[in-house]
Amino acid sequence: MSVAGPSRTTTKPGLFSGGFDLGRLLLEGRAFFALIIIIVVFSMLSPYYFSTANFLTMASHVAIFGILAVGMLLVILNGGIDLSVGSTLGLSGCIAGFMMQGVSLKVFGVILFPPVWVVAVLACCLGALVGLVNGVLIARFKVPAFVATLGVMYMVRGVALLMTNGLTYNNLGGKPELGNTGFDWLGFNRLAGVPLGVIVLVVIAFLVSVMLNRSAFGRWLYASGGNERAAELSGVPVKRVQILVYVLSGVCASIAGLILSSQLTSAGPTAGTSYELTAIAAVVIGGAALTGGRGNIRGTLLGAFVIGFLSDGLVIIGISSYWQTVFTGAVIVLAVLLNAIQYSRRAKKPATTGQTTSPQLGGKA
Amino acid sequence: MSAALKSAPQIGDVVLSAHNVAKSYGNVHALKGVNFDIRRGKVTTLFGENGAGKSTLMKILSGVITPTSGDIVLDGERVVFSSSTDARDRGISIIHQELSLAPNLSVRDNIFMGREIMGPTGVDFAEEARQVKALMADLNEVIDPLTRVEELRLGQQQIVEIARALSVDSRILIMDEPTSALSATEVEVLFKVIRDLKSRGVSIVYISHHLEEALQITDYAVVLRDGAMTAKADVADIDLEWIVRNMVGENFDLGSPPSGYEFGEVALSVKGISVADASGTGYSVVDNLSLDVRAGEIVCIYGLMGAGRTELLECVAGRVPSTGGKVMLENQDVSKLSIADRIGRGLALVPEDRQRDGLVQTMSVGTNLSLASIGTFVKGMLLSRGREQALIDDSIKNVHIKTAGGGAPIGSLSGGNQQKVVIGKILATHPRVILLDEPSRGIDIGAKAEVFKLLAERATQGLAVIYSTSEVTECLSIAHRIIVMSKGRISAQFGSDATKEQIMAASGEAVIEH
Repeated sequence: MSVAGPSRTTTKPGLFSGGFDLGRLLLEGRAFFALIIIIVVFSMLSPYYFSTANFLTMASHVAIFGILAVGMLLVILNGGIDLSVGSTLGLSGCIAGFMMQGVSLKVFGVILFPPVWVVAVLACCLGALVGLVNGVLIARFKVPAFVATLGVMYMVRGVALLMTNGLTYNNLGGKPELGNTGFDWLGFNRLAGVPLGVIVLVVIAFLVSVMLNRSAFGRWLYASGGNERAAELSGVPVKRVQILVYVLSGVCASIAGLILSSQLTSAGPTAGTSYELTAIAAVVIGGAALTGGRGNIRGTLLGAFVIGFLSDGLVIIGISSYWQTVFTGAVIVLAVLLNAIQYSRRAKKPATTGQTTSPQLGGKA
Repeated sequence: MSAALKSAPQIGDVVLSAHNVAKSYGNVHALKGVNFDIRRGKVTTLFGENGAGKSTLMKILSGVITPTSGDIVLDGERVVFSSSTDARDRGISIIHQELSLAPNLSVRDNIFMGREIMGPTGVDFAEEARQVKALMADLNEVIDPLTRVEELRLGQQQIVEIARALSVDSRILIMDEPTSALSATEVEVLFKVIRDLKSRGVSIVYISHHLEEALQITDYAVVLRDGAMTAKADVADIDLEWIVRNMVGENFDLGSPPSGYEFGEVALSVKGISVADASGTGYSVVDNLSLDVRAGEIVCIYGLMGAGRTELLECVAGRVPSTGGKVMLENQDVSKLSIADRIGRGLALVPEDRQRDGLVQTMSVGTNLSLASIGTFVKGMLLSRGREQALIDDSIKNVHIKTAGGGAPIGSLSGGNQQKVVIGKILATHPRVILLDEPSRGIDIGAKAEVFKLLAERATQGLAVIYSTSEVTECLSIAHRIIVMSKGRISAQFGSDATKEQIMAASGEAVIEH
């Protein structure tokens, strides 16, 4: 009994080296500190930046990427990647726009105007279907995730272009007499002053966070992303988990598509082009490992806010959009660099502590 | 060249030797001060069980790792190899157990990989091909330089490895288990090549588990046990029995089979199971094998590498599909069930490679322990943290894991404790039948004894235990019944009163295969 005490107390200071390690703190909370720095710098550069109204506007921009990034996080935790989310976002906007214009059934000679909630549900089903195709290709047919979702990305974008003939649906308002008004509700309405898009993001993030931390599925996801073979031998249904993460990612993309087209009150077939890369960037800035098994919702949300607040800040202080691209890229590279440092540290740390503790334990056992 | 200046080298001179070489990894002493000589134009064979330190010693001599203490002496001069390339430049080559060829490249490209012959217009392929042809002629082999390596038989691939080593003018060639994957005729060819190399003054270090086979080819025998050299002798003075005695030792006891209780009903019944070779060659790695294990019984499956033990256990657990036969768990056919369903019914596997198949390295000790029994602590939709914590604490206590707590990263544990985590994870599912594939691999002898004690304890409570091993001492420790596998079949069965020699003979270890 008495020997266990000293050996434990001697290891702790080694871990934290004096109780407070600034470098370690900065490294672990880097996305948070980056966000603070961005806010401080832009607040100094522009008088308009630091205001509730601006934060809410920026947050509603972030909501789109944030929702995509939450879906992307699930896929990345599984060790995969989903390049099709941008296209899925565009297609579900187009599907919504198409249905808002009225679906004509020639056989019956009628035009159906489905209510907005039906439109929203159908659009989400479409996203789930795209995700299912991804998941089945990857889990059952062993197509590498990068290639499978790349192909689906092109196909989905193509379908959106075919559907709209390359044009944009502009009239999404609906008509009161048809009972299909309210599509702009998602994009414009506010609850206690907060844009609905932001609230949707918060709700999705909360639900996914609970799922990751407190449900069996979440545990399965972390396990199969960390080591698929070990998870499978422990009875984890790894294929089902893999398919489901792509389905959830597709649904997230559809929801983002609905919010975006509602904000713009138009749905174009090219909406969301390259958004998948922004979503991946947010997840990576949030500290998730592209190899799977590591990452969390908090980091991903911070990552989405870092990207959103940075690019909006650059717009506000009037920097050219070309420079914005350069800055965003630099932030991503920096984030990946820091991830590499963090994970190599983690890999070394246990080994050194193991060596210092084992002689003590071994000697006294 | 400098050696030639000193004096004409004689056959039998010591060319490379290790003096008091020791290697420690933290608290684990892989080698404890070994002296080892390699003589010119002779074959020296290293004998020893798994974990005796053979591979560590060979890695030190070939510059792959540096010793913690001790000297390496090459041609009478003390040397320090900075890398395996450095050692290779001084004429020392190693052929690892797992071949290190690129299967998609040609024989020529493999042999010159990393040191291509450059001509004025890029790589001089013609010159390379000419040299490969010359090498193959030396080895009396007909292998076209442009054949892709994946199209060659395993024995021929081994020849390509040897040719690669010779192409850098190796004077010392270390072969780690070169025959483990070869057929009898391929072994003959290899031995012919070895004799030929000897006559040209090449010194060879040979490691093999096939003892009699090694006795045929070797000139000197050196035996390692637990990181120390226990014996060395000229081959003329020794026999098989001498090797086995020195390899295994007499003393260490891992325990004895638990007794004083009756076995229950048949828990697991394997009926005529066959497993096809993973590479699709059409031959069966497990061949129509049948086996019954009763509740409370501990059965050991002994066999050499490639005997089909891993494939058998993975097939029973549901990891690899069978090509015939049935697996019955307590009289119910589970052959069509998934791994998860089999775990649910009480049949679970502790895999051979714990890093690759046993642990999720990104998760903590606790979440690894609870991974296979998540279903038992789900309340409604969510996990019950309290129940999970209780399960983790129980497991840590029951399997005696030395850890700072359930939240510690899995990488912070020693190999033995990691293995206990994998076993604890499976035991937490309350299995009726547990399969363990080489549970003692890579863990020290103390942890080994603890693992076996744990299994014996569970067996008395009615658990059917099947474990595989390639160490003969482990068969005789706690098993009620020993099954020897060779080439996918059961070649013999023994009770707990078998002798080491009987078991080794039945595995094909001590018998030359023709």
